[in-house]
Amino acid sequence: MTTTTAESRWMGGECPFAAGWKKVMMWVFIIGDAVLFAGFLSSYGYARTMSADWPPASEVFNLGLIGLMTFVLISSSATMAAAVAMAKSDRARAARFVWMTVVGGLIFLGLQAYEWSHLIAEGGRPWANPWGASLFGAYFFMITGFHGTHVLIGVIVNIVTALRTASGVTPAENVEMAGLYWHFVDLVWVFIFTLFYLL
Amino acid sequence: MSEPQSFIRKCVFSLDHKVIGIQYIVTGFVMAIVGGLLSLLIRLQLGWPTTLWPILETLMPNAYQSGVMSPEFYLAAVTMHGTIMAFFFVSYVLVSGFGNYLVPLQVGAKDMAFPLLNMLSYWIGLLSAIVMILAFFVEGGAAAAGWTAYPPLSAIATAVPGSGLGQTVWLLSMALFIVSFTMTGMNVVATVFSMRAKGMSMMRMPLTVWSYFISAVMGLLAFPPLTAAAIMLLFDRHGGTAFFLPAGLSVGGQLIDVGGGSPLLWQHLFWFLGHPEVYVLILPALGITFDILPAFTRKPIFGYRISVWSLIIAGFLGLIVWGHHMFVSGMSPFTGEYFSLATLLITIPMAIVGVCMLGSLWGAQLKMATPGLFILGLISLFGTGGFGGLFLGNATADIQLHDTYFVVGHFHLMIGGVTVFGLFAAVYFWFPKMFGRMMNEPLGRVHFWASTIGYYLVFLTQHFVGLRGAPRRYYSFASYEYLEGIATSNMFISTVAFILGAAQLLFLFNFAWSAFKGKRAEANPWRATTLEWTVPSPPPHGNFAEEPVVHRWPYEYSPDGADEDFAGQEVDGSTVPVTA
Repeated sequence: MTTTTAESRWMGGECPFAAGWKKVMMWVFIIGDAVLFAGFLSSYGYARTMSADWPPASEVFNLGLIGLMTFVLISSSATMAAAVAMAKSDRARAARFVWMTVVGGLIFLGLQAYEWSHLIAEGGRPWANPWGASLFGAYFFMITGFHGTHVLIGVIVNIVTALRTASGVTPAENVEMAGLYWHFVDLVWVFIFTLFYLL
Repeated sequence: MSEPQSFIRKCVFSLDHKVIGIQYIVTGFVMAIVGGLLSLLIRLQLGWPTTLWPILETLMPNAYQSGVMSPEFYLAAVTMHGTIMAFFFVSYVLVSGFGNYLVPLQVGAKDMAFPLLNMLSYWIGLLSAIVMILAFFVEGGAAAAGWTAYPPLSAIATAVPGSGLGQTVWLLSMALFIVSFTMTGMNVVATVFSMRAKGMSMMRMPLTVWSYFISAVMGLLAFPPLTAAAIMLLFDRHGGTAFFLPAGLSVGGQLIDVGGGSPLLWQHLFWFLGHPEVYVLILPALGITFDILPAFTRKPIFGYRISVWSLIIAGFLGLIVWGHHMFVSGMSPFTGEYFSLATLLITIPMAIVGVCMLGSLWGAQLKMATPGLFILGLISLFGTGGFGGLFLGNATADIQLHDTYFVVGHFHLMIGGVTVFGLFAAVYFWFPKMFGRMMNEPLGRVHFWASTIGYYLVFLTQHFVGLRGAPRRYYSFASYEYLEGIATSNMFISTVAFILGAAQLLFLFNFAWSAFKGKRAEANPWRATTLEWTVPSPPPHGNFAEEPVVHRWPYEYSPDGADEDFAGQEVDGSTVPVTA
């Protein structure tokens, strides 16, 4: 069956999105995970508008450090995109780009650990903090921690992808799926960055 | 696809969607027995609040000290009955069970898109069910904060005995349930998108598949916020945070030292799942109706396209009306007005679905068997229960009726009635496909009449008890003067509930007996049109010997030019003209 028109793609016998079921399922998972973060972030918005003494971001955070973290993470998205673009033609170079993404992810995690230890040293805890509303610490540590866990999982997935791409076990589509997840994790960070650090 | 030979790979750790579907169905019925027994204990307490039950004291010494049910156990029983029936009975049998069994067969696929994930989903689901049952045996007993788990009752471990370890176990089990349910949902969506047979366009899918598809999409969008809420609640319980604990809260005269959060936030997050969840459960029952009905009316259904769109619109609206569960939470009247309007809007697509069901019956010469009877019962309950929904969706009326037995009666007719009747119809209808044997017809008819009459007597009476102002979740009404008049009604409801419960034993017996001793079934005993009836009963591993090709919609009954009074989806246009 040819796939020339949009109409005929939906007639059955093939996936209408010119993608395998794996990629369809990855998208479904990402949408679900996005709704999960939306649940966290809207709760955070609810709590923040409800509290009278929410601490101002510029007094609590080191925005230079956060800017660097954001830059590193966005750059790692770019290297991942390069890896996906090369996955079909040049496996060795694709694997190198995935490794660069891994390094970016690790730097991000290291900086986040540094930021957390700093805030904890100043007395920030999930149940209390010296800057203002106690819910601030709860939401901050939960949401950045949950996102950091996503980054960690992404790094592990990327390490496996890099090894398997270099050895030629993994089909190019898997690099693309790892890329989808990694871009998603970065996109979530853009929201966290805006809602916690900028506003 | 090679067929596994050993018993373990074939029947226990099977990757086959049919085996997994049946595993879900059996697990769901086992859980239903637990949930059903709990409801009978609840009815025993409400019907005869002052009677002593020494025999129950011997069986459950902690729950029945000196022969009387303890109020704490009553709360735990109500909580666990609701949780088990909604999540572990209806979700497992109707959504995961029949969803797994039917979707690949009806779209003409060999299996689900990702069989391994499917198997994992079942085993995590089973673990979740076991963990939920274990909650009864931990210190303090099972969770007692209601199936909605509202904080602070669910957040502070010392609030009531069930708020202790029981609540933690409840949350753990729900987390596993969500993982399992999400895996099934992802599989259904991927299967419907990419595994349809040639010619099976979206608008040729049976409404059963459509309803499972919409239900899966809704589940995937609605469950994650509950996951978020459950994580936050776990942090409140064990991490020292106060997401859901307001400032200045005192429990048992002791001031709680953390605070600043909001219990209302939990209600929002919970109902953002909780309301869509009832659609996740009820839509498959409605979809199944459209596929079972024509096998008994022998004519095409009325309004296929508009039913598809109505289900989609009802599903979408179902995602944005959660606030109608919170009219009495101090919500602003403007917000309440929005939630009222949006809720009442759902009556439009739902009424269209109901009219299409009636239209499908119009002028038919019914040749009834048990599945068809249960479908008629379902349509009737859908109308009656939906009528009660009009009262509750309206904020003004709901403020009177909120948390009364009117609500209890209403949702037992809808997600406790429509879904369960749909599920029974599905069992009677597809049993021959699953086990290659027919279920016993006379027993089925007795089961149907006892269930229908029982449902109406129990739950309609509860509507009237609610109108008199009897609040739900109360352990005993004996000490309220204004409720003295309902004592007889409660005794009546309880008596009928026991008869209703006994009638379900007929079903369980019929199920077990027919699986081994029932009359042998042919491939298509109901002379129905969808693809699963083109393969032997039970279908072989891999379902279809060769890939099926679909030529028509699934409701070609009594067509022109056919030898028989139906044409299956696989029949091409050369013998029977294609109408849709």
